[in-house]
This record gives sequence, structure tokens and C-alpha cells, in this order.
Amino acid sequence: MGEKILMKGNEALAEGAIRAGCRFFSGYPITPQNEVPEYMSWRLPDEGGTFIQAESEVAAINMIYGAAATGIRAMTSSSSPGISLKQEGISYCAGADLPFFYANVVRGGPGLGNIAAAQGDYNQSVRGGGHGDYRVIVMAPNSVDEMGNFPKLCFELAEKYRMPAMVLADGILGQMMEPIEFKFERVDPAKLPAKDWALGNSAGRAKRVVKSYDLREGELEKINLRRMAAYRKIEQDEVRFEAKNCEGADLVVVAYGTSSRIAAGAIKLARDKGLKVGLFRPITLWPFPKKQLAGLAGKAKKLLVVEMSMGQFVDDVRLAVNGAIAVDLYARPAGIPSAEEVMAEIEKACQGIKAAPAATAAAPKQRGRPKGSKNKKTKAKRTVRKRAARKQAKRGRKGGRR
Amino acid sequence: MMYQGIRISGFGGQGVISAGILLAQAGLLEGKNVSWFPAYGAEMRGGTANCSVVIASDEVSSPVVSRPDTVIVMNEPSLAKFEPLVKPGGLLIINSSLVKSQPTRKDIRVVAVACNKIAEEVGTTKIANMVALGAFAGATGAVSVDGIAKALPKVFKRAKPEMLQMNVTALKMGAAAAK
Repeated sequence: MGEKILMKGNEALAEGAIRAGCRFFSGYPITPQNEVPEYMSWRLPDEGGTFIQAESEVAAINMIYGAAATGIRAMTSSSSPGISLKQEGISYCAGADLPFFYANVVRGGPGLGNIAAAQGDYNQSVRGGGHGDYRVIVMAPNSVDEMGNFPKLCFELAEKYRMPAMVLADGILGQMMEPIEFKFERVDPAKLPAKDWALGNSAGRAKRVVKSYDLREGELEKINLRRMAAYRKIEQDEVRFEAKNCEGADLVVVAYGTSSRIAAGAIKLARDKGLKVGLFRPITLWPFPKKQLAGLAGKAKKLLVVEMSMGQFVDDVRLAVNGAIAVDLYARPAGIPSAEEVMAEIEKACQGIKAAPAATAAAPKQRGRPKGSKNKKTKAKRTVRKRAARKQAKRGRKGGRR
Repeated sequence: MMYQGIRISGFGGQGVISAGILLAQAGLLEGKNVSWFPAYGAEMRGGTANCSVVIASDEVSSPVVSRPDTVIVMNEPSLAKFEPLVKPGGLLIINSSLVKSQPTRKDIRVVAVACNKIAEEVGTTKIANMVALGAFAGATGAVSVDGIAKALPKVFKRAKPEMLQMNVTALKMGAAAAK
């Protein structure tokens, strides 16, 4: 705690993890997250921890499985292709109820893609990522300050629910420098409560087993149901979000991570022009702030999702509001929008609101069956199209369709 | 409300990346919101490198400065690349020791400073970047020469005192050259 220091996002993430009690790191280099293992390599030994540059991502994640099984705070990090390689091991950790922390400093994809910032790993992060039925807690920082302060939250949540927790960042958050203040006391790992499942010297106690495997009839489902109950509780209790100027806003921009800070700049421009625009930023992407987003439906007239991907995040927003409010999308797959570009989208979306106020009020009941690619269209265009479609449908019923 | 978006560009090895960090640190010491973002592609010594710096009274939204208020150009290839990006009415600082072409824009302010030459007078061309930063401070007032001087030991933690002193001299001479 104390003064603000200028730090790179990746280094803040690594330092934050160490201050949170992380004493084991294994990883494999990949841009744009290389500063994380680099920092860990000289800093962890100072703290009595262990740094291992593994021979591959697969080796690195399986070392995490082993380290986490002893109850130590263990961490790995990578960027998109490397995280894909780690998914099998992450699934095993989830299946063995092992808490650990990892970070994905997302780059452009698919494939090797490029090394610039992107948000294309959204679905992979919030839908589990590896095989099987599981979740990981996903936190989305939008500043270097949060890069440094979220690892502690991730470790705590991971241990509370015995599951993996991750930070979903991107190349900008990893590479940029910004002032940061660590807002917590250093965690002394020796003073953390003992874990009654952790492996180690078993002399004088019953044996413990950590595995992701159960062949007994019906047992796996019981385990999964127990896990499911924990997931429901997390969805109840652990949602985090930030809402800014959403009260009285006609339009609410919904964005996370880097997109959200660019959107914040655009919203400032829009509000200077007198447009009533707010910002809703999920901080946990899983659990997703469904209720809070749904709550915007009766208040704002429209949502505008801004994401640096084709339209992954928007699916969760649409599920949350369940058709009760129009949702526009500004998608920049492997592109980094400027505040001015987002501002232009905000103006476009606001024009749609003005052009069709009556239709907006009647919207909830009509919007049940969205058809394919209508999402990007403004409200006005959509209404016109819908009217035409209804006419056509009537004609179809009378005259038969060709 | 104050906002300065800066792009600094030059050869790898000219210290454009560390000049950017220094600028951000100086802004932080002067109580501003700051960000720094490097071009982190296939940069190498002798190739071109550049970074974005934002110094603002408000929160910084994008750390990527696509329409800079100020561009500092340390070598010839950077002029062609970054001159077109400067905001109308913005500032272009040129290291005239290495940049021989003339800028073509008429809607911006151009400050030409012989950074290498001045740095050599101080003692070493290695601190041409400090001359440029001094010119930036002198021409914009977005940060003070004093602020950058105070930031020096925070960024270059292992630098010798006499080297730091040379940097401060270079900053002052750059500021004087820009006025």
C-alpha cells in the first residue's frame, strides 16, 4: 500500500500475484505477456518462491496442477495460443477442484494471429475453455491498477470455491504503463489457513487424494452436481461490475477491459455533446452481471456493445436482457477502436432511438426471434424491416410462398 | 481540462521508448493522469521504434495515441510516418540533426531542434532524446523541465549522478532551443 508507482501491466500482474502470496510460477514465453515470466524469474526467488520456465505450455499447466495440489498459491500466464494449449490441464484442475490463478494476455487470433491486443478469447474464457462441464472465475481488468490488484481477488475466490480463477487481459493492458497503487497488505503464505484437502506429508492423518477421475457408478454426476451448486452460489454472490452515468441514460454502452476504457473516452465526448449515455462494465465476466444488465432494460432505451471481437460478449448481454431492450453491436475483431470511432457509433445508436421512440416502447414483446444478421442494424431500420417482414408473412399465408 | 497525446518515434537505440517512460513518470510526479504504450512488434536496434504517451487532467481512455497533439520525430523515416497523424494545430518536434526532409503540413506548429548536435555539446549523442524532451517541455509546458529532471532517478535507478546531471543539462538546453 502507499504511493502510486508507474508500472507495466504485465509487471503489475506479476507483482500483484507475488504480494498476494503466489510462490510458484511455471510458464512458457509468448508475446505480449513475456514480462510476466521475466518478472517472476528474478522476483520469485527473492521471496523464497519457485519459477520454472517449462519446456512447453502443456508442461507448465501440469506443473501448476502439481503445485496447486499441495495447497500453495500457484500461477501461470500466457497469451491466446498458449492458453489454448493449457486448456486440457485447466480442465483437469477444474475436475480435481484445484484452486490456482492464471492470466490470458489476449492477442489477435485465430491461429497465431498477431501480437496486438484483441478480445477474441471471450467465449473460451467464460464458457470453460477445455473439455467437460466446468467454469472458471473470469475477471476483466481495464487498467494497470486492476492488473495489479485483481490477482489477490482471484486467489481468494479460487480458494474459497476450490476452482481456477483467471484474469482476462489483452496486449494493451499487458504492455502499457500506468500509475498503480497496490491496495492490500502483502499476504504471508505461511499465515494462510491450512487446506484440509492439500497433499503433503500424510504422517498422522488420513490419506488424501486429488484427482479429476471417478469411475464409480453415478459418482461423477454427484460431484458435478455439487460443483454446479457452487457455481450457482458464485453467480449469486460474486458478481462485480461498474455502472457509470447509467441513471437517466438513453443509451448505455456495455464493454469490458480495454474496450471499456476506450468507450469511457467516447462517452465523455458524447456527453459533452449533450447525449445521455452511460457505461456498464462487467468486471467479472463469469459470473456475468445478468441481473444488473437486465435491470437497465426498463430504464435505458438501448444498449450498445463495444467489443474487440466479432460478437462474442454481445451474446451474453443479449441473454441477460432477454429481448427486453435493443442491443446494438460495434465489433472490432483484432482491431483497436479509437474513442472517436466509438463516439460515431454512439451517435448512430442515439439517432436510432430518436427515430423510433414508439417502437422502442413496444419492443420487448416483438423481439423474440432475432433473425441472423440483424444485430448491427439501427432500431429504425430494424422496425422498418420487421414491418416489411410481417407484410410478407401475411402475403405468404394467403398466396403461398415461392 | 488538459490533455496531451504524444507520439515519440526514432531508431531503436535512440531512447524513444525510455524518453516516453520518463515523460509519463514526470507527468505522474506533477499529479497528472498518465499512460505509456510502446509499439511492441518486431522492433530491434537500428530499426524504428515508437511509443504513445498521454498526460491529462482527466482519466486516460485509450493509451494508443492515434491523433497526437505532439509528435517527436528523432529520425528521417519517422517524419513520413508520423507527420500526417498530428492533430491540426498540433506540434511537430523534429530532430534536425538527422531529419533532412522538410515537413509539408501548414496547419501545425513545427519546432526543429538539432538534438544530436546539442547532445554532443553536452557530452554524448546518447542523450539526444533528453534534448527532445526538453524541447517538448519548453514548447508545450505540459510538463516542466524540473519535473522531468525529478523523474530521471526514478526511471534510471542505476544511473551515475554525473550521467543524470548531463541529462538535466540536455533537458535545459533542449527547452531553451525550443523557445
